[in-house]
Amino acid sequence: MNSERLNPDKWVDNYADYLYNYTIVRVNDHIVAQEIVSETFLAALRAKDNFQGKATERTWLVSILKRKIIDHYRYSNSNKRKAEISISYRDPDIEGDWLEENAADPFDRTAEDSLENDELRLAILECIDQLPEKHAEIFKLKTIEEYDTETICKKYNITPSNLWVIIHRARKAMMECMEKNWIN
Amino acid sequence: MKLFSKCSEAAHICDKHQYEEIGFLDKIKMKLHLLLCKLCRNYSKRNERLTKELKTANIKTFTSEEKQLLKSRLAEEIKNHSNS
Repeated sequence: MNSERLNPDKWVDNYADYLYNYTIVRVNDHIVAQEIVSETFLAALRAKDNFQGKATERTWLVSILKRKIIDHYRYSNSNKRKAEISISYRDPDIEGDWLEENAADPFDRTAEDSLENDELRLAILECIDQLPEKHAEIFKLKTIEEYDTETICKKYNITPSNLWVIIHRARKAMMECMEKNWIN
Repeated sequence: MKLFSKCSEAAHICDKHQYEEIGFLDKIKMKLHLLLCKLCRNYSKRNERLTKELKTANIKTFTSEEKQLLKSRLAEEIKNHSNS
């Protein structure tokens, strides 16, 4: 049994963001994507004895995630629960201008948010994965979640100069990793 | 004030610059250093590229509350799993 090589306590910290970004481009709905990621973790937990240690933990989780995404579409297409289709009215004067339709959808994907960006996103997350755990966490907080220096220092009980050393090392490693994995 | 800063200092300012956390004086110092130091120019260029990539990718993450919720759900499941 290789299940000791899995580390479920760390799953959320290590993989939630990767799996979420993988899912969001496929289901395009924030809540559904989070639900699918959460289901994936639960399913993985139940199946953890089947993990043979042939793939990395992440690859294994992604393979479960893929099935969950397919399940999601299968379910939403069965029993007349048709996948959501947005209807544009032929004549805007006939059907009302619903407030919901006019509000900006923060998860709406614009033209710039192209397929290439989806790949870039996953490449970055893969590189972050390769950083030492603490560096990865701090780099993510600082760069992606845009926390200010003071908050992070308090959280990890470090000085600002410690923080900048970590950021410097993380950025250098990220540059090297991206230059290897991402060709502009 | 020394006009020509050390490379380590320039790199530090350059890192901070990626998060828009430097003042006017530091900016001048950095520009001056970059003008004269090819190695740091290279570092700065790569650093800018990384910043641009991160910006373009527009990565979305779980908020820390959402993560906490997910963790507790998972922890509960682990407990059930080990009991059964």
